[in-house]
Amino acid sequence: MEVAQRYNLTVGGVDTGQPMLFAHGFGCDQQMWRYVEPAFADRYRTILFDHIGAGQSDLTAWDADTYTSLEGYADDVLTIVRDLDLHDVVFVGHSVSAMIGVLAANAEPDRFAALVLVGPSPRYINDDDYVGGFSQADIDELFGALDSNYLGWSSAMAPVIMGNPDRPALGEELTESFCRTDPEIARQFAYVTFTSDNRADLEKVAVPTLVLQCANDVIAPEEVGRFVHDRIPDSSFELLDATGHCPNLSAPDATIDAIERFLRSRPE
Amino acid sequence: MTDPHPSHSDTVGPVLVPDDDAEDLYERAPCGYLSTTRTGTIVRVNQTLLDWLGLEREDLLGKPFTDLLSAGGRIYHETHYRPMLSLHGTVREIALDFVRKDANRLPVLVNSRVVVPSDGGEEVIRTSILDATHRREYEQELLRARRRAEASEARSAELARTLQSSLIPPNLPVIDGVELGATYRPAGDGAQVGGDFYDVFETDRHDWIVVVGDVRGKGARAATITALVRYSVRAAAIRQHRPSRILADLNAVLLHHETERFCTVVCCRVRLEDDGTVRVTMASGGHPPAVRVGPETAEPVDVTGTLIGVVEDPSLTDVEIRLGPGEGLFCYTDGLTEARRGREMLGMEGLLDLLFAHRALPASELTDAVVTDVMAYQGSRPRDDIAAVHIRVPDLDAPLPHASAVEGRSGEAGEPGE
Repeated sequence: MEVAQRYNLTVGGVDTGQPMLFAHGFGCDQQMWRYVEPAFADRYRTILFDHIGAGQSDLTAWDADTYTSLEGYADDVLTIVRDLDLHDVVFVGHSVSAMIGVLAANAEPDRFAALVLVGPSPRYINDDDYVGGFSQADIDELFGALDSNYLGWSSAMAPVIMGNPDRPALGEELTESFCRTDPEIARQFAYVTFTSDNRADLEKVAVPTLVLQCANDVIAPEEVGRFVHDRIPDSSFELLDATGHCPNLSAPDATIDAIERFLRSRPE
Repeated sequence: MTDPHPSHSDTVGPVLVPDDDAEDLYERAPCGYLSTTRTGTIVRVNQTLLDWLGLEREDLLGKPFTDLLSAGGRIYHETHYRPMLSLHGTVREIALDFVRKDANRLPVLVNSRVVVPSDGGEEVIRTSILDATHRREYEQELLRARRRAEASEARSAELARTLQSSLIPPNLPVIDGVELGATYRPAGDGAQVGGDFYDVFETDRHDWIVVVGDVRGKGARAATITALVRYSVRAAAIRQHRPSRILADLNAVLLHHETERFCTVVCCRVRLEDDGTVRVTMASGGHPPAVRVGPETAEPVDVTGTLIGVVEDPSLTDVEIRLGPGEGLFCYTDGLTEARRGREMLGMEGLLDLLFAHRALPASELTDAVVTDVMAYQGSRPRDDIAAVHIRVPDLDAPLPHASAVEGRSGEAGEPGE
């Protein structure tokens, strides 16, 4: 299947503009950028996609062996970057996609101009002196929450939710499918996300990076954001006065301003 | 003016007791109610929810909604619930665990919706909460039952694979001066035992039996017949020399067995001659024709014979061929020739083309190459089992085989043997 269909690519903005690649986190899909992406579409070539297993991506492209670590998802980012032959990419990653972007940029730094990490966490589970915010028991509870909620998933929904170019989903169906996918895929993505440990990858980041941190983030607390900032050599840190883990939805203007400030501060 | 509350004495019919105390409707509703600001700060909560949680009003007002949730629930809230609410203004039937004052969990189902109050003030999120304790227990049971079913299915597939592997020899014997190759691929994902099999065994010095067969049907019953066929051939090969006699014995065994099943089998006695050639005596019980593969040819060897296990007196004959250096005999099951791509079937011609293209390969590489090509042709999991055995006399003088493009097997596409 074509890359564009596999990842449900949405390419917008200015054809000749610098590419800006938006990656959504665990849970939902590219709609997470709905309030942010338009602000950059007048100067940048904006690219949105759904991770395999999320949104309108090709669910059949998912397999348990490829997606046992975040590297599988980072490879997908590189696949998109290569397929569109993007250079000088500004990568904007939310939540777990912040680390996916770090891995992709570390693998092929020449392709990337900057990283914007929104609510990043290199490790969610506490470890000795490191405070990630969660215990193993907390993560186990998350699986309980996922299992309970995916009882609402039935195989009858699969054809609606799977990307089907011949039959564009209706608005109502999209509403239903947003944040819902095959429980097995969601479970493994949750497992890979919340048991990942990418602390050692931070100091290898060779591109300018912005860490965007919400003041009250229950998933990636402020000290985790500061940890990321301390470890990435050429990084700046912005604290947003926003509650929750999704400033791209709850405080899009502040998010846009912070990204604009960061991009202006970088000489071309 | 009519009396809005007519008394019993005035009318016939039910007495309508007004339940219009809005405050009481809210506070003592049979579900929990909760309102938060857009950012999730609790601004109102009803008595029902406070009672369920064992909390006082002042414990909750001004606190973030997420304080009510377990840690796992908080992650779910941030990654699913809030984005859905933010983008679509409503969420339905989300399962969460609230944490009671005594730290016990209250399983709930919540519906939320973003509302602009009638006085035009700030947006609020209104949430109704249903106690789902018993429903959750039932759902957990369903989930456990589903997991058990999945585990049981996995065990059954494992059993099928183990049983299947017992129906083909674990290793091929090594025969000086003869190359042997064999491949087996189950249908689908291999979760069911198939009826195809092969066997290769020695009966005497320089004397071997090669059998390829197909028991009709799948599953455990077919597997028992496959096992029966396999050891019956082995037993008959001791008593009988000619393959046609071996198959006749097998026919008698199957006919007298309670099963209704029958099979197709090709049975070859392979003998290495003093001059280095191989003599193959072959009988077929209704099996697809074996293919003779030479340096310049790939052609079917016609041997007629009746299905095994159907009639008392099957017509079976022996055909003898000799294989010189670089020549081989390819025996297979119909999973190869009946491989489908859309409406098209590979067929005998397709198989001959593949064998011709791979004719210079050593026996084990040839069976692998042909089966790989047929899998690619089908483009997905095979619908039928595939078993294939190739017996070949090595061509010691031949140049190393090169990766050959597919050529016409009648030689029109260049020098034969190239």
